[in-house]
Amino acid sequence: MDLSTDDVRDIALLARIAISDGEVERMRDQLSSILDHFEVLSEIDTDDVPPTAQSFNLTNVERPDVAGDTIDREGALDGAPRSQNGYFRVRAVLD
Amino acid sequence: MTDSIDLDVSAHQHAVHLRAGDYTSRQLAEVTLARIHDQQSGLNTYITVTDELALAQADAADQRISSGNAVPLTGIPIAIKDLLSTKGISTTAGSKMLYGYQPLYDCTVVDRLQQAGAVIVGKTNLDEFAMGSSNEHSAYGPVKNPWDLERVPGGSSGGSAVAVAGRGVPLSLGTDTGGSIRQPAALCGIVGLKPTYGRVSRYGVVAFASSLEQVGPFGRDATDVANLLAIIAGDDPHDSTTTPEPVPDYTAGFDQGLAGLRIGVPSQFFEDGVDDGVRSAIEEAIAVFEREGAIIDRSVELPTAPASLPVYYIIAPSEASANLARYDGVKYGFSVTDGESVESEMSLTRAEGFGPEVKRRILLGTYALSAGYYDAYYLKAQKVRTLIRREFAAALTDHDLLLTPTTPSVAFRIGEKIDDPYAMYLNDLYTLPVNIAGNPGVSIPCGFDQGLPVGLQLIGRPFDEATLLRATHGYQALTDWHQQAPSLSS
Repeated sequence: MDLSTDDVRDIALLARIAISDGEVERMRDQLSSILDHFEVLSEIDTDDVPPTAQSFNLTNVERPDVAGDTIDREGALDGAPRSQNGYFRVRAVLD
Repeated sequence: MTDSIDLDVSAHQHAVHLRAGDYTSRQLAEVTLARIHDQQSGLNTYITVTDELALAQADAADQRISSGNAVPLTGIPIAIKDLLSTKGISTTAGSKMLYGYQPLYDCTVVDRLQQAGAVIVGKTNLDEFAMGSSNEHSAYGPVKNPWDLERVPGGSSGGSAVAVAGRGVPLSLGTDTGGSIRQPAALCGIVGLKPTYGRVSRYGVVAFASSLEQVGPFGRDATDVANLLAIIAGDDPHDSTTTPEPVPDYTAGFDQGLAGLRIGVPSQFFEDGVDDGVRSAIEEAIAVFEREGAIIDRSVELPTAPASLPVYYIIAPSEASANLARYDGVKYGFSVTDGESVESEMSLTRAEGFGPEVKRRILLGTYALSAGYYDAYYLKAQKVRTLIRREFAAALTDHDLLLTPTTPSVAFRIGEKIDDPYAMYLNDLYTLPVNIAGNPGVSIPCGFDQGLPVGLQLIGRPFDEATLLRATHGYQALTDWHQQAPSLSS
């Protein structure tokens, strides 16, 4: 499976990772070579085989809807690079 | 008095000395911390050493011991992989992204260690976000193998393995997503156990691949590993993937020896890639089991197991690409704050905060999950996963255990595989299938090749860690591989 440099740029955009031209080339080569090793899966017959999302099939785990300990606002903001008036601060998202 | 404390003993032996008053937990902690600081520049085992916390916990343990309320781990020094959240103590995940990050709560396993009165001496180095098999992918520098400082200790829990192998601490905790406990245990010559998926809480563990990973113990003998597993295992309301299965006494079967154990040796784990020295060490171990009355069956087949490698490298990066989406530079950790927009700051934060292997896996996972490719990659891998699970279940119907090499070769040189991601991934060929299936597995030291430790892997039925540990104990009672120490710690 050969990826193009445009493919890599598209993936990097989806993943929100800024990527240099040199990195695009390197990732294209490395990811293409890794994808080649995935081809063997297409030779395995999985008709009528259900997917496994989790090993031992626990379903519908429930608990009583009771409030427990929570993190206070000050604590939650403690590690924030930027905060203001008790909120996380980011650059404006609307012009 | 502290001169007489021998650090090359197991936790259960320390416990006897502590109860007898031969030395105090405080004295043991001081000697341990001195050893850790002494070794740090050579081995780079720790990202953070928690001297103050350890001494305070040791004092509390001494009080508990003198009041007669001690449990097996009370007062015992333990090292923790720096992927496990510790309240108010730096938790980096081996990444620049979490430099300086201090969690607001303890993960469940650390909470349980505190309740048991264990003494936490530090946070160990690891491959960034637990992605790697050599510990070279750490933003805090590579960990060195104590058997040969030019070789890797394995990964991703390399620091936790070296903490024990270098005779600094008797016990440590790691995490295992594709072999990250068993592989470094093998390369460093100690015991490392990956519990059954759902056996140990993942609450507060920095997430990588949520359907595969488990926290588990490193130690030098079966008794220590059993005692530590008993503390961390069990249902946790904070992690809905933990199961309510009762936690048994993992040492209960230790007097049964190896006789009568039905052990399958699957041919798929002995193919061309296994080095001769590894192969002969494993064959000698098989002979020990056989001599003691275990029933060895070489006809067992796991034909789809070799497909675990591509299955893993689709599922794990896919889950990682979702789990690591949280690192946006807004809430905590590393942040680029001089960009032009929310988007550019986020993309630059992630570009500078993540190392190359983490980026590679995020991109791989993003691709595998993207529109048009989901069915061919992710869904296909999840279906093959079902086949692999079924094969393990079938193989373990008539066998109590499966026996394989843990790794195809001994510790490789630092730098040897760093430029070839797929060659690096091949190191986990024999450990990955166990995570795909969810079963428990353990690596036990079973010999040397070229002067470096070889690991034997045993794989058990779901939630039957007791049989794994019974076999480990039975084997260690007949061999002394686990008592051999690298020369630097003497």
